Amino acid sequence: MAYCSARLRTRQTCSWVGRPLLDQKLHYQTYKEISVKREGYSTEIHIQVGQFVLIEGDDDENPYIAKVVELFEDASELYSKKRARVQWFIRFCEVPICKQHLLDRKPDTQEIFWYDNPTCDNNISVETIIGCVRVVALAPDEVMPIDLKNEKTFFVKLSWNKKKFKPLPPEVLAQLDKLQEDNHRYQKSMEAKTKSAESPSWTTTEHAVKRIESRHSTSKSRHTASHPVTPRARKRLELSNLGFPRTPNTRISQATSCASLDSPGRMKRKVAFSEIMSPSKRSLPDGSQTSSPALKTPEKTRDIQHSCTKDARKTSPDHGMILRTRVPALKATETSEERILTPTSRGRKSSVVPSVILKPEYIKRREGKEPEVRDEAPSTSRIRRKSSILTLNRIRQQLRFLGNSKSDQDDEEFLPAAEISDSDSEEEEASTTPLPRRTPNSMSRNLRSSMKSSLQTPSKTPKKTPQPRTPRDATPQIRSRNLPAQEPTNMLEEARLRLHVSAVPESLPCREQEFQDIYNFVESKLLDHTGGCMYISGVPGTGKTATVHEVICCLQQAAQANEVPPFQYIEVNGMKLTEPHQVYVQILQKLTGKRATANHAAELLAKRFRTQASSQETTVVLVDELDLLWTQKQDVMYNLFDWPTHKGARLVVLTIANTMDLPERIMMNRVSSRLGLTRMCFQPYTHSQLQQILLSRLRHVKAFEDDAVQLAARKVAALSGDARRCLDICRRATEICEFSCQKPGCPGLVTTAHLLEAIDEMFSSSYITAIKNSSILEQSFLRAILAEFRRSGLEEATFQQVYIQHVALCRMEGLPYPTMSETMAVCSRLGACRLLLVEPSRNDVLLRVRLNISQDDVLYALKEE
Amino acid sequence: MSSRKSKSSNLIQADYVSQVQRILRERFCHQSPHGNLFGVQVQYKHLIELLKRTAIHGESNSVLIIGPRGSGKTMLINHALKELMEVEGVSENILQVHLNGLLQINDKIALKEITRQLNLENVVGDKVFGSFAENLSFLLEALKKGDRTSSCPVIFILDEFDLFAHHKNQTLLYNLLDISQSAQTPVVIIGLTCRLDILELLEKRVKSRFSHRQIHLMNSFSFPQYLKIFKEQLSLPSIFPEKIFAEKWNENVQSLSEDRSVKEVLQKHFNVSKNLRSLHMLLILLLHFWFCLGNMLALNRVTPSHPFITAADLMEANQLCSMDSKGNIVHGLSVLEICLIIAMKHLNDIYEEEPFNFQMVYNEFQKFVQRKAHSVYNFEKPVVMKAFEHLQQLELIRPMERTSVNAQREYQLMKLLLDNTQIMNALQKYPNCPTDVRQWATSSLSWL
Repeated sequence: MAYCSARLRTRQTCSWVGRPLLDQKLHYQTYKEISVKREGYSTEIHIQVGQFVLIEGDDDENPYIAKVVELFEDASELYSKKRARVQWFIRFCEVPICKQHLLDRKPDTQEIFWYDNPTCDNNISVETIIGCVRVVALAPDEVMPIDLKNEKTFFVKLSWNKKKFKPLPPEVLAQLDKLQEDNHRYQKSMEAKTKSAESPSWTTTEHAVKRIESRHSTSKSRHTASHPVTPRARKRLELSNLGFPRTPNTRISQATSCASLDSPGRMKRKVAFSEIMSPSKRSLPDGSQTSSPALKTPEKTRDIQHSCTKDARKTSPDHGMILRTRVPALKATETSEERILTPTSRGRKSSVVPSVILKPEYIKRREGKEPEVRDEAPSTSRIRRKSSILTLNRIRQQLRFLGNSKSDQDDEEFLPAAEISDSDSEEEEASTTPLPRRTPNSMSRNLRSSMKSSLQTPSKTPKKTPQPRTPRDATPQIRSRNLPAQEPTNMLEEARLRLHVSAVPESLPCREQEFQDIYNFVESKLLDHTGGCMYISGVPGTGKTATVHEVICCLQQAAQANEVPPFQYIEVNGMKLTEPHQVYVQILQKLTGKRATANHAAELLAKRFRTQASSQETTVVLVDELDLLWTQKQDVMYNLFDWPTHKGARLVVLTIANTMDLPERIMMNRVSSRLGLTRMCFQPYTHSQLQQILLSRLRHVKAFEDDAVQLAARKVAALSGDARRCLDICRRATEICEFSCQKPGCPGLVTTAHLLEAIDEMFSSSYITAIKNSSILEQSFLRAILAEFRRSGLEEATFQQVYIQHVALCRMEGLPYPTMSETMAVCSRLGACRLLLVEPSRNDVLLRVRLNISQDDVLYALKEE
Repeated sequence: MSSRKSKSSNLIQADYVSQVQRILRERFCHQSPHGNLFGVQVQYKHLIELLKRTAIHGESNSVLIIGPRGSGKTMLINHALKELMEVEGVSENILQVHLNGLLQINDKIALKEITRQLNLENVVGDKVFGSFAENLSFLLEALKKGDRTSSCPVIFILDEFDLFAHHKNQTLLYNLLDISQSAQTPVVIIGLTCRLDILELLEKRVKSRFSHRQIHLMNSFSFPQYLKIFKEQLSLPSIFPEKIFAEKWNENVQSLSEDRSVKEVLQKHFNVSKNLRSLHMLLILLLHFWFCLGNMLALNRVTPSHPFITAADLMEANQLCSMDSKGNIVHGLSVLEICLIIAMKHLNDIYEEEPFNFQMVYNEFQKFVQRKAHSVYNFEKPVVMKAFEHLQQLELIRPMERTSVNAQREYQLMKLLLDNTQIMNALQKYPNCPTDVRQWATSSLSWL
């Protein structure tokens, strides 16, 4: 997009506009507006509180979108003193790929989501702001207005809380709507200066009512909202209401309209600070804005309320609506207090911190018996640190749990409020509300794939014309079969199906310890929000990958049940790469869905993992066949193991390879040191373990004799301990059994005889049968080789020497004289089978010949006849 | 018809002869899946069952068909595929990918070929787009999407399987075999190879993923069976238009197979190699002798004097088959060159296979010339050198190391690539060989 490229390497200078509003409690100054000037550009960008901005991110194409909640100067920050607090929005492409399917429709290219994650760091430096953008809130079933489809406009329909998409909470919607109007007006009023401050009040009221209605019946058209007169009028009223200083400057006046948003946050902060205040007092600032008329409002509030009922109705139209819906449920003072509070929280939705404060208050009031919350609540107002918010969240969660058990009725009443506030904290949401529209967790494969494709090739954007791009964005799929696959009809077929390596067993027997170890490792990393590496080794077929898969599966379930934080899982396989550096491309693509060249992908990943990005969830990467990632400089391995060591990376790398001493053997010290010492070795299966594996797969199928199973297990354990081999042998044995028992019709059990035959078929060396079945001349040539070896005492002879022996042998046995050409043909035939090792035949008679099997074997094979 | 027959029955017979020739040549040269299989019924059953299970049940498998060259591996798989396609509802339910290790010399080309044959989306026309890495991930993605019950099974046939094992990291084999061992699109991977040590070529991870199913084709038939095959291969099919001629022909073949000399020839051929391809070679030569040399000339004279194959044709064919190629070259050499070879032979006898150079050979030759005092053989040294170089061009002698530019050619060490018996046999047949040269050949000490 054009506007991002412009800002690329230009320095920005920021300066505050307007007087600082000193916040005594917080020791920093807040501002209403900031002007950002770029070097080399004459234009200034003015950013006001409440505006939507683009924020520099990892991806130049898609900068982050956020709403400015607060602008302030923070002396504690070292480099950029000018800070902003924002409410994030995320694009669909920023949603983890694995979660994208939760949105069961195609996202519009300009659709963004209200990011509902309190743990996300919302304190940014002003310098990172690129520019303004317009965001339009839509009701869930509204269609994207086509006329607004220009680059700088985004649409919000849903919120995303790292778990699911939800419709926007109504008050957020309303607020966004309002802001958008302001924005809109802001854009317009740049040309047309404000003239009419006093517009007829009936218009505004009417309009407000209309808006309420439109909120109810969302199908209503949206253009009333962008009426040029109303917002201005409202702004004036707000100004008079809140008593902000009025300046002739248009810009300031615009800013103040947004300030109405900001102010409650500060008020709330005040409230939080003075904790001992009575509820009635606290409700005063709230009431001044929200005017919840049904409650027993204190005198002071009522005055203000009285004077501005109309204004209030219009300022927060859907507050009124919600209140209306709620009033019948009103019961006790306790709940009424909640009601007062909830609108407030709605009013300040955009600022995260105060809502955190709000919660404990509410809980405290409900519980009344948790003293430590009371102590904590005021202090948190100053805490911006994420970690403390997190701990607070945890405590809160615990408290709620207690509260839930207390009264169900209360809970039920509280539900809507909780749903509204959960846009701030995901834990709350998950534990309290059943969503009105829950996105299905599992989707059909086709849908998912089509979604993926739609992500890559936007089909509806007017600007980005969807060209018929062929290869890379197509959804690859083997065509489906016309005839349905037959299901197994008898016991043996059933057994065969279960014995196939691909058949996923319910659980992996005999790997409980390893499972537990890996699980604990990953889980601890997830819980601690740290990263780490683990090296898993073991010979092929010992269940390394399967165990890790199971661990991840269990953890994903646990994450859904909220036992561990959610994480993103990525799997790469060294063997499935064309060259080691492709691993970056694969990881990046699975992580973000973007495609890049190897070098660029490496840069992007490094940027992602090295810079502190607390918004990310933990990433778990499984690197299978690690040894294939070896390069001369070992930079791939180095990077893979280096990223987790960075502070904010939150990356867990599980690596799998075959050799136990791989780190020592092929890795440089600096690489193996980063890999760490968390190692695990999968021992080859013993015969009893193999037997258990077989029996667990054959649990309900009586197809094998017990002895046969044991035989297979013991045979394989003695050879390699490869579970795949064991399963293959048994599968082959069922075939042999079926084959031999075909006459009676009903196949019997697989016996040891069948199994022995299968083992024989798979493991017996074919050299001896090959020699036995070779022609007479070939056999005598082998004899000649043996004779020549014996004569010379060497294990190697030239063809000429062997030929002389061969001719002599043939004469002895009464065979016709073999010509050189014939003998050469015989030799090359034996060489092609690799019974002999021969040099390339251009050496002619001088080519050297060796046996590929032991002389004893040859003698044995030749003697048999 | 009868009038025409009476008019020129010979002409009609000539027509039959050329028809027979066409049918038989087609049979020997093309590996048509319509022919019969010999002695591989068990293996065939195994393979066809495997293929059917994949096609019908969607079971993934991997199998190697191992057997020496000419043992009928491709024939077997062609037969099996033909039968599989005849099963109802299978032909439209199955995808085939044929790869050959000699054509797809690296994984990049192989992937493109697979994508092309599967007709995936990144194929436009006949071209495959995307880089190697993209193609790989694309193909893997495609195959991963499927599952046992709903996807169309894919049959991968990898001819010259051992050559695929030499690809870098064995990426292709690993991925194909990995698919066959996991719950993805059902595939059956059939490798054809003549190498018995094929499993040792596979990397341990690849090997573990291979199901170790091997079908061995060993040419395990005895001489009576061989004789029967010979008979069947020469017999005319029952659909031959002219029944009487076909009957006569078949009778002739039957009597031919009972002929003692024919049996002898076949036994000798059987001793050398048991595979059917070499039998086909013999039969093609036989056809050549019978048809081209026997009948083509006769056709001009309208009377096909040679309508049926005789034992003599076979003997001639066999002689051509078992001819010593180098001996034939020696027959065409000049006397001087023969003399040089004899000199080399003596040098070999004296110095026990040590290499020689031109000067030594020339000296040896000079000794012979002086001994006999024959002016006939008294050539200039450059002429002898030219003859020597000619021998080198014919690869009857071979330099020990590569020729460097500044080395003197007279002193370059050489080795003789002929065996003593070969030289003696060639001399026996050499036309107009001077007696003294022959004598000199039998003994270097003949002047004593």
